[in-house]
Amino acid sequence: MTFIKPKFRHPDLPKNKLGYTLSYYEGALSTLCAGCGHDSISAAIIQSAFEMNIEPHKLAKLSGIGCSSKTPTYFLGNSHGFNSVHGRMPSVATGANMANKELLYLGVSGDGDTASIGMGQFVHVIRRNLKMIYIVMNNGCYGLTKGQDSATADNGSISKTGIVNQFQAIDLCGLAIELGATFVAQSFSGDKKQLIPLIKAAMAHNGFAFINVISPCVTFNNNKGSTKSYDFVRDHLEATGTFDFVPEMEEITTNYESGERHAIKLHDGSFLQFNKLDSDWDPLDRFSAMKAVHQAREKNEIITGLLYLNQVAMDLHELVSTCDRPLNTLKKEDLCPGNGALATINAGLR
Amino acid sequence: MQPTDIKDPEYFHKVVDCQYACPAHTPVPEYIRLISQEKYTEAYMINWESNVFPGVLGRTCDRPCEPACRRGRIEEEPVAICRLKRVAADNKGEVKPFMPQGPFSFNGKKIALVGGGPASLTVARDLAPLGYEIHLFDEQFKGGGFMRSQIPSFRLPESVLDEEVNYILDLGIHTHFNHFVHSLEELLSQEYDAVFVGTGAPKGRDLPDLPGRNEGAKNIHIGINWLANVAFEHTTNIGKKVIVLGGGNTAMDCCRTSRRLGGESVKVVVRSPYTEMKASPWEKEDAMHEDIPIVDNHVPIEFVVEDGVLKGMNFEKVTPIIENGKRKLVPTGEPLVFIEADDVLIAIGQENSFPWIERSAGIDFDKWGMPVVDTLTHATSHPKVFFGGDAAWGPKNVITAVAHGHQAAISIDLFCRNLPLTQRPSPFVNLVSQKMGLHEWAYESDVVNDVRYTVAQADKKITLSNRKTEVELGFTKHEGCKEAERCLNCDIQTVFVEDKCIECDACVDICPTTCITFIDNAEEDALRQLLNMPALNTSQDLYVSAPLKTKRVMVKDEDVCLHCGLCAERCPTSAWDMHKFLYKVTKAG
Repeated sequence: MTFIKPKFRHPDLPKNKLGYTLSYYEGALSTLCAGCGHDSISAAIIQSAFEMNIEPHKLAKLSGIGCSSKTPTYFLGNSHGFNSVHGRMPSVATGANMANKELLYLGVSGDGDTASIGMGQFVHVIRRNLKMIYIVMNNGCYGLTKGQDSATADNGSISKTGIVNQFQAIDLCGLAIELGATFVAQSFSGDKKQLIPLIKAAMAHNGFAFINVISPCVTFNNNKGSTKSYDFVRDHLEATGTFDFVPEMEEITTNYESGERHAIKLHDGSFLQFNKLDSDWDPLDRFSAMKAVHQAREKNEIITGLLYLNQVAMDLHELVSTCDRPLNTLKKEDLCPGNGALATINAGLR
Repeated sequence: MQPTDIKDPEYFHKVVDCQYACPAHTPVPEYIRLISQEKYTEAYMINWESNVFPGVLGRTCDRPCEPACRRGRIEEEPVAICRLKRVAADNKGEVKPFMPQGPFSFNGKKIALVGGGPASLTVARDLAPLGYEIHLFDEQFKGGGFMRSQIPSFRLPESVLDEEVNYILDLGIHTHFNHFVHSLEELLSQEYDAVFVGTGAPKGRDLPDLPGRNEGAKNIHIGINWLANVAFEHTTNIGKKVIVLGGGNTAMDCCRTSRRLGGESVKVVVRSPYTEMKASPWEKEDAMHEDIPIVDNHVPIEFVVEDGVLKGMNFEKVTPIIENGKRKLVPTGEPLVFIEADDVLIAIGQENSFPWIERSAGIDFDKWGMPVVDTLTHATSHPKVFFGGDAAWGPKNVITAVAHGHQAAISIDLFCRNLPLTQRPSPFVNLVSQKMGLHEWAYESDVVNDVRYTVAQADKKITLSNRKTEVELGFTKHEGCKEAERCLNCDIQTVFVEDKCIECDACVDICPTTCITFIDNAEEDALRQLLNMPALNTSQDLYVSAPLKTKRVMVKDEDVCLHCGLCAERCPTSAWDMHKFLYKVTKAG
């Protein structure tokens, strides 16, 4: 029998600034199919949280329903978690965020949970620029119900049973940019070198950070003819650039003026450093980002990397001027200003 | 780096750290697994085939396997391999039916073995079933050599030794006990087709120049001779105050035996610091447990003898300092330390001695008086004469002597068949998948967290009053099972097949000890630094695949792999699989 993860870890495992090793950010052993892309994304989240020195109790993970939405069990076992109703993760995230802005909110969803049943919730959470990380583990099929095509399955993609998909796919990144999402990225579960810096940048972003991660369903959508299989994705990847996340404390020694080397300063003072591969595209320009997404679709390529970033827009708390303190710390005196204040208000209405 | 050639049996052999470290290469995990299944007879036979004396070694082995044990790199204590061997020996059923059954048809060749210790007995066991007529010569009245004369009965009961020596003698060995061979030339003139010399290192070092040595001679004894006299019951008592000089395992045996023969105040005095003593840590602990202080950093200066009676010894206190990278012992300048003693045992080492080999016999000796012996074939300049055990290259231990015996037997067999001695037989190797189904493996793959179990000892009051009462009680069956489960099954190998891999990273993500990395290839030194966890233990190999679809390679650091099988468990394409690797050193014949 195996399937108990041994307690032992590498004896020389490094510690982060909080004194935790990577193992402190692990969760339960995954029960997803062997080889599922989602497990790699979980591992990337664990690595990112470790490297970002996140105190586990300062993070809440939220999810809906589906294979993707099971994964919060498999990472950050010492953080808060809420496994919500199908497609309703954004509502729960909004409520939690409104009640306490001191936590980092990490939403995990799938293509069914986001592009089908949760589409309404998804578009509205973008509109509101809720400060959260929204990761879609996108495998183009309903893996939990034996692999039917989902709304993100590409037109012409062939399912495991040999059926060609007749419908147009919903491009979640294109949609997010269209709706004004302030951080939009696309990546591949099999490319942690790119995915980890993107998740770290998303953690540092002050607003809605969306990452669409192509994550092959090894059981139902890894066949020849599928456009979300390991082989197809690897053959059609077109990275916008190579990425590196640089925390604020580290000195940046590279010279960005020359060549195609760029660095974007993020909200918290850290940098996203990248090497641009496509000279037409500018991640700070929404039109350019839209164009890049459309062009990639035309060319049958999967564009990956940071696609669009807007650091000017205000997040929901700023927009609606909420109070800075978590609601559960507000006392009666904060909430009930007393008769004197009431009298003043009433007097103002006379 | 070049892809690892897993077809070379030595690659996976090295991964089985314990087996690789064992001079006889006993398949340790294989027999430990059998113990955890309570198959003691089978476990015993695996040992018997490989190391010939499982009951003896399960009590007295120097355990080179334990410092090598992978468990020691992952938590503090290695698996108690040695004491598990004893569990197999203690609980085995009838083993004789599984051993070669004589009489064997005579192949026309006669072999003489000089010395009745572990090396000679191993040669006898390997060659007798092949039809050789074996003649064993020993000066004592029983076989076993130093296993009998030097290892005290409270560590190794005579019955255990007799049993295992007799398994061999019962194969039809012609024994010539009480027969000291005085001349090799005379032996060679008889009709032997080959002669094996396994006479050990029988000469204990002395301190002949120390003042008072001659005057006090009556109460000054050479450790190994004294132990032999105790074993053969020529010596039955010792003074109340005893000094044992030396810091090796013989010194530990001397001091503990003294405690049993009337020594009340027994002290071990050693020149070097405690930490540098040659004795095994557990033997030092056992000595101290029997109220024997170990006085370190004391250099013997003289025996103090008054009126012809030994009164004690004077020592100079020293302190170790490092000078030019070398450790030196420098006197502290304090006055000499006098330690009282009625008897002194000198256990400061032993050396070879071949007074019975004529220098004209045709065997080359080097300038230190040691025979020139080929390290692979154990042959000498005389085509008929082979050496093994301590006699070949100086004092080592029982398990090394057994390993020598096997190799010498191969050479003697090749020699008698007129084949070149360098034509060594290949090891027997088997590699077979352990996958039985989903989450099902043919071995117990979960890694238990238990810390090493300790072996209970008999009450000191009882053991100190009778030198024949065994101190260690051995593991119970239950403890044996629990300790056996600590074994990480390093012989269940992680086998990687590149063309099945889809590079999904599942193995990388699941590996508890971060052993696996998919990475662009580089030279070994660079690669070791670039892995997900740098592979800094260079004594452990990297398992490197051929290039994969993305041009990267899979690199696995063997160092702290738990052999838990999770990589294979989580692999969607069975690119990883767990294969049981069995490696047996092939014996003569």
